[in-house]
Amino acid sequence: MTTPRLHRRPPILLSRAARATVLALVAAACARSAALVSPVPNMSPTPPTPDPRVGLKAGLHDAAEAAWKLRLVSNTPSPQEFAGVTNSDLAFTGPYAIQGNYNGFMVWDISTPRKPSLKKSYLCPASQSDVSIYKHLLFVSGEGLSGRLDCGAQGVRDTVSHDRLRGIRIFDATDIANPKYIANVQTCRGSHTHTVVSDPKDPDNVYIYVSGSAGVRSPNELPGCSALAPGEDPNSALFRIEVIRVPLAHPEQAKIVSSPRIFNDLTAPPRHAEVMDSATRARMANRPPRPGANMRNAGPTQCHDITVYPAIGLAGGACGGYGLLLDISNAANPVRIGAVADSNFSFWHSATFSNDGSKILFTDEWGGGSAPRCRSTDKMEWGADAIFTLVNRQMTFKSYYKMPAAQTSQENCVAHNGSLIPIPGREVMVQGWYQGGISIFDWTDPSKPYEIAYHDRGPVDATKLVSGGSWSVYWYNGYIVSSEIARGLDIFELVPSAHISQNEIDAARTVRFDQLNAQEQPKLVWPASFALARAYLDQLERNNGLAADRIAAARSDLAHAEKLSGAARSEALGALSTRLHGEARSAGDAPRAHTLASAVGDLGKALR
Amino acid sequence: MTMLPVSRLLPAALLAVVSTACTSATGSARSAAGVASAVPTPPGIPSLAHTPADVHFMSGMIHHHAQAVLMAGWAPTHGASAELQRLAERIAVAQRDEIALMQTWLRDKGEPVPEAKPGPMKMTMNGMAHEMLMPGMLSDLQLQLLDRARGAEFDRLFLTFMIQHHQGAITMVETLFGSQGAAQDEVVFRFASDVVADQTTEIDRMEKMLAARSDPASSK
Repeated sequence: MTTPRLHRRPPILLSRAARATVLALVAAACARSAALVSPVPNMSPTPPTPDPRVGLKAGLHDAAEAAWKLRLVSNTPSPQEFAGVTNSDLAFTGPYAIQGNYNGFMVWDISTPRKPSLKKSYLCPASQSDVSIYKHLLFVSGEGLSGRLDCGAQGVRDTVSHDRLRGIRIFDATDIANPKYIANVQTCRGSHTHTVVSDPKDPDNVYIYVSGSAGVRSPNELPGCSALAPGEDPNSALFRIEVIRVPLAHPEQAKIVSSPRIFNDLTAPPRHAEVMDSATRARMANRPPRPGANMRNAGPTQCHDITVYPAIGLAGGACGGYGLLLDISNAANPVRIGAVADSNFSFWHSATFSNDGSKILFTDEWGGGSAPRCRSTDKMEWGADAIFTLVNRQMTFKSYYKMPAAQTSQENCVAHNGSLIPIPGREVMVQGWYQGGISIFDWTDPSKPYEIAYHDRGPVDATKLVSGGSWSVYWYNGYIVSSEIARGLDIFELVPSAHISQNEIDAARTVRFDQLNAQEQPKLVWPASFALARAYLDQLERNNGLAADRIAAARSDLAHAEKLSGAARSEALGALSTRLHGEARSAGDAPRAHTLASAVGDLGKALR
Repeated sequence: MTMLPVSRLLPAALLAVVSTACTSATGSARSAAGVASAVPTPPGIPSLAHTPADVHFMSGMIHHHAQAVLMAGWAPTHGASAELQRLAERIAVAQRDEIALMQTWLRDKGEPVPEAKPGPMKMTMNGMAHEMLMPGMLSDLQLQLLDRARGAEFDRLFLTFMIQHHQGAITMVETLFGSQGAAQDEVVFRFASDVVADQTTEIDRMEKMLAARSDPASSK
């Protein structure tokens, strides 16, 4: 048996000496702020025990809450016409969060995170109303059988009907308070999720990858749809994804431009954690095709979700029993270049890349999000995240991560949507686990992910499983925004801790987006700032990557430079950068020390 | 084999009979992914009623799932390989949870809630008591064969029968989606879609496992 590496407790990152230093510094800082803020913040690197998430009182709007290093800034229930109906995914544009709901979508002005205000609620039922925004265009997914072209709420009772919408709705959101419904692209299997893909070489168009594994429509409802196997009908809607091209100047001309068969010839990749003796493995490798094996194509017939990372030309596809790696250098024609499988994974759900593209994290939505898969009896490697290194386009399994607090049978809980938090020099991710709440974890070391912050509520209902919890949670311009299925819109902020310093939070806040669709992963770039330099210093202190006296000297010089202005400041920073590069050569964490030196140098140049 | 092709039995006549017995087909609270009962129906949004086909699907699938749980429960005591025990455990956990989901949905809708028994579903048709096995369910003979098998033979039979069983579940979803007015309810649509996604993935995995075991070179 393989023993998976699981992490219920974060490792203590600090050496004893470093911890003493940090505690001393913290004590000093706390002493200073004690008059303003009480009680003294808890900077212990170990999470509270027993875990306060276990045994929380149930309630729709009065459930008990537990949080560690994450502060709930506001909770805003859905407006009346959306209350009691599932909230789904999020997209962001400027000061607005767009929240999908099975009854349509909502536009929230979140410029005052303490008090989000509803700008628009657009009634247009469809499951699951996955939302994305690109420039002035808003895209909404429809998959269920009850979605209507006219946005009516009466459903579609006929099995074949020209009133039905399954596919992508397109809105002109130039006036965000009054989105105009301008077009549809109908697809054979509808759209469970979709991914906006912008191609830097093709600025006049935007592309949409459509994912969804629901049934194929009758050709009488949508001509050309075929549920036959590709061997029987080359136009089969199975075993392919759809790519829609949307001309930005003429979105009404949006149409499917390709249906890449990214699953063709997908042979079983080596399955991590497979219990198989070597003789069986050898037989599998040399096997002639089974008679009749071509009668039924093997492997997934669709993807659940695809995360594209245009900056590195790759996408991660979570497709049935596989995690796929796609080359998207030609956005209209993605090509599969790798595949992984895992015996502990049931249904591959979504993907997130590390910012440098050297790692990829896949989630397993075992049970589809309706089941309570975080009970004490549920395995930590089932319904979890799997982390892989990505070197020369080869994915190699390293570890699993699962939100570690046991939940009740009344709470649907499994790995779901999240995003990176732009803390420089580290991989920190925030992720929704439905009623398992929100978990923030560090996966910089792909073999040792560990939790560093969380928020959780008790079940929606004490007596039975009533669906709820965080559908998706994303970092957006300094805040953490979560779509709560049953309870509305939650906004959080990070609280500094032994694992995330105030400087790291400040540096993360310098990364600003005009728009964000988490499934089109943006490259994180940190503008030069004092916070950025100090964030790296904090990290070097935390991991003993640079001698303590050098760190203290650098802090002092940075503080001094910050008081200067103009050329004097540039000069001071230039000199500090040169000195730090020199010191980096003998540093315990030389790469990070050089990154610090460069950040200081960039800061000096930025001021020139 | 002896399983009854429900997809051929179900339409028209049966539905007509069942619908007369179903008193709560209209007027139920708007339901979306299970939150419905917590919040009253918002004004201005009509409820999407469930149909007899939805009830038939959710009730029948309870029996169907119960048989899968029974089969999976034999893996540890019947000498199954470690790989198969892991698969069986996953099936047992998944389908037990889904049985609870279906029972909750039926209870919320005021419909009869079947016990999780692996046998045929009891129905009344033209006033006559009638029993029917859901598609893909194992006959008594198949169950006996599986229960008597041990070791490698259990692995092989389990995979063969569970593929048949899963394909039956997919047939049940196809029947549901092909029924007038069905799966407008979001819980039903989402659950039925999940059944297809999960079980298609599992069939693919089981076919690979079976292929590894049915190689002539591997037989004793």
